[in-house]
Amino acid sequence: MSTSPSLLINTANKRYQTDKFAYCAKICAISLIGILCAILFALFIHSNEALRVLGAQFFTSNVWDPPGEQFGVLAAVYGTLVTAAIAMVIAGFFSITIAFYINAIAPAWLYKPLRITFDMMAGIPSIIFGMWGLFVFAPIMANTIQPMLQNTLGALPLFNILFAGAPLGIGILTASIILALMLIPFMTSMLTDVFSAIPMAIKEAAFATGATLWEVFHAIILPYSRSAIAGSMMLGLGRAMGETMAVTFVIGNAHKISSSLFAPGTTISSTIANEFADAAGTLYPSALMALGLVLFVITMATIFLARWILKSYTKERL
Amino acid sequence: MTNLRSFKNILFISACVLSLIIALCFMISIFTTLITKGGGAINWQLFFASTPSPGGQGGLANAIVGSLVITTLAILLATPIAILTAVYLVEYGQKRRLARIVQFANDLLLSVPSIIVGLFIFAIVISRVGHYSAYSGALALAIIALPIITRNTEDMLQLVPVQLREAGIALGVPRWRITLMILSRAARPGIITGILLAIARVMGETAPLLFTALSNQFWSLNLNQPMANLPMVIFQYALSPYQSWQQLAWAGALIITCFILITSFISHYFLQARKHS
Amino acid sequence: MNTATLPINESAPVRSDQIDILMPQANDQASIPAIQIKNLNFNYDKELTLKDINLDIPDKKITAIIGPSGSGKSTLLRTLNRIFDLHAKQKASGEVLLGNENILASTCNVNKLRTRIGMVFQKPTTFPMSIFRNIAFALKIHQKISRAALTKQVINALKQVALWDEVKDKLHQPADALSGGQQQRLCIARTLAIQPEIILLDEPTSSLDPISSQKIEKLLLQLSQRYTLVIVTHNLSQAQRIADHVIFMQQGEIIEHGTTEQLFKQPQRKETLDYVRYHDA
Repeated sequence: MSTSPSLLINTANKRYQTDKFAYCAKICAISLIGILCAILFALFIHSNEALRVLGAQFFTSNVWDPPGEQFGVLAAVYGTLVTAAIAMVIAGFFSITIAFYINAIAPAWLYKPLRITFDMMAGIPSIIFGMWGLFVFAPIMANTIQPMLQNTLGALPLFNILFAGAPLGIGILTASIILALMLIPFMTSMLTDVFSAIPMAIKEAAFATGATLWEVFHAIILPYSRSAIAGSMMLGLGRAMGETMAVTFVIGNAHKISSSLFAPGTTISSTIANEFADAAGTLYPSALMALGLVLFVITMATIFLARWILKSYTKERL
Repeated sequence: MTNLRSFKNILFISACVLSLIIALCFMISIFTTLITKGGGAINWQLFFASTPSPGGQGGLANAIVGSLVITTLAILLATPIAILTAVYLVEYGQKRRLARIVQFANDLLLSVPSIIVGLFIFAIVISRVGHYSAYSGALALAIIALPIITRNTEDMLQLVPVQLREAGIALGVPRWRITLMILSRAARPGIITGILLAIARVMGETAPLLFTALSNQFWSLNLNQPMANLPMVIFQYALSPYQSWQQLAWAGALIITCFILITSFISHYFLQARKHS
Repeated sequence: MNTATLPINESAPVRSDQIDILMPQANDQASIPAIQIKNLNFNYDKELTLKDINLDIPDKKITAIIGPSGSGKSTLLRTLNRIFDLHAKQKASGEVLLGNENILASTCNVNKLRTRIGMVFQKPTTFPMSIFRNIAFALKIHQKISRAALTKQVINALKQVALWDEVKDKLHQPADALSGGQQQRLCIARTLAIQPEIILLDEPTSSLDPISSQKIEKLLLQLSQRYTLVIVTHNLSQAQRIADHVIFMQQGEIIEHGTTEQLFKQPQRKETLDYVRYHDA
């Protein structure tokens, strides 16, 4: 093997072979970027007609009238933003407290089982949540929770507007709660990782001062992992805004903006899900594509920001 | 310790425990619902008869098979690209700027709303071809599976020490041959985990199929036509007014959930076992 | 250990410029160095880690490279088989001549180069395969070979490192079941199977226990009869035990080089003296 005379063969063939593999790998990697750009581009092209015809009004009106060819995204955008926001408040509270429990309060033997439980629950598809929401939770909302809310908090000045209207069981609030439920497992997992990543030395130093769990939590752990928590929240928010099936079942599908949380509404994704299949003509589908473009831009911007924040917290991604 | 401090502490701890219990209660409720409403329809017919016409009796055979077919196709499409991308990121790209951009793009792709992916495939495939098809559904699901497999493969490849590569190369073995060796041996658990997690994710996705593969009432294995699949059938039947259809929807929901839980569990267990060996 | 004889009359003091040119050989044949290094500079991400190295590596001898950590010993070693190619931000300039061919040239076939210059690493790096396949893996890639011939070569390699008796009935078991010392010998066997002319060793015994280290040192002494060995070591007594020639480096430069006897007993430079004395004390 070492008897070959020369090393300086024209290595064109050999190099091509090695480089061919590297070349393929590079192409595949670039295709990832390509797919993202292609999505943006395709949505843009197909929304062109709607944007051209409807103009700026598309973004400012909440009239959604397919037969009359009037499309305004405000109701859908409102629904998306409000449900996501409420869901994040609820899910945020639950996942932070549960993550802290798993990390610091639970006995050691519970750590693994709880983590596995939540990791697996994070995999349950959203349609299951939607179905459960419609058939089990909505009746409970209609018969128990919503009346209770109306009778108790409903007397207070702000809440009497928020909780106005007939307790239908479906609507913005129900959809937000179902969405929150969907988000809790995956956010708990992320936040448990965040809390685990805090160096033991800091936790020990904190407890060594004689502080209580609450004091360590809000004075040390929260500030320390502030940006990671923010990043995780934003990831959750992005996910909430893009959710379709969990929301479609229980949002009520009404293109209206109401002041009451009990009222039905719509989100961008549920509008598209419900109406795309039967959208006739060219303007209607184009309007729905434009709606998709809006959702894509909003979610990608949120996720982009979230990943950016998370990256600066740890050098590696969560 | 003052009473106020102690009180705040107890309040906080109670809040944490309560959160956990409430969350667990909801989860238990979901599972019980699935089992009670869906369990009743579990019988042989479910797995061997096709979906019935409205109000009729039948099973979910074509939907189950359809889901398996579309999922398999999606994974077959996504895996080679995912593995090669991970290879680029770890072996060749390393810290270069392009590699970091690709990594970031992967993260973004992980979070694209699945309905947008469906719209995308509709825009570039269905609107040109003129009809719905199973393979377009598989394409949409492949885009969803791609970043998952890439990420897991990449993580596993990172764990392989650079000395192993150097040792192989020091023997005069070509670079790509070393990479192949590492992929097929050292990194294999990560690849399998990635595939399993991708399967678990993709099996439950409804939105991407809404405008691509649609569904099919009948038994069909034609990739160029709409194909029945569990998520779409569940969606359609759950919102229908027919009792028998609703029952099938719950049964389907139960089947999907069990499948996904088992797959997730295997992938977690597989990875744990390999990591410790 | 070979003692070198100086070609000139021994009463004259040794001048440093005489040592630079050719390493004298114990046998009286004309000695062509195995490797000639000329004006070698090495960049690690814009930082110059090897500065204008000029050096000859003598043929069929053990040459040790010693020096404090960060001195560039491993970097120098790793330019000799172009293993630094693997890393994005590492670049070498200058000439490293094997025979009369510059291995740093971009037209150099590195895979072929590495069949002539092999490398053993600090930590045993067995492949995730059986013992047999560890050695057979590269063999099969470099030549079309029958199973019988392959087995013969594997056995031969294992015999050369005195591992054959220990593993002959578990050839197809995973290599990482072996002890550290055995794994390192397996790595050497793997390299020998390719039949290189030169073997580079980067601190080959630093992660091993004393007994395994001893076995490997014995092996290296035997191998030096057929192969040229270049070994980086931070263990000065090891260098004294097995090396014929020693190169002392500091901060990317070669401070001094000569026969083991010369360098350790009569170093010409103050830095060498300090280093050698510090480690011996």
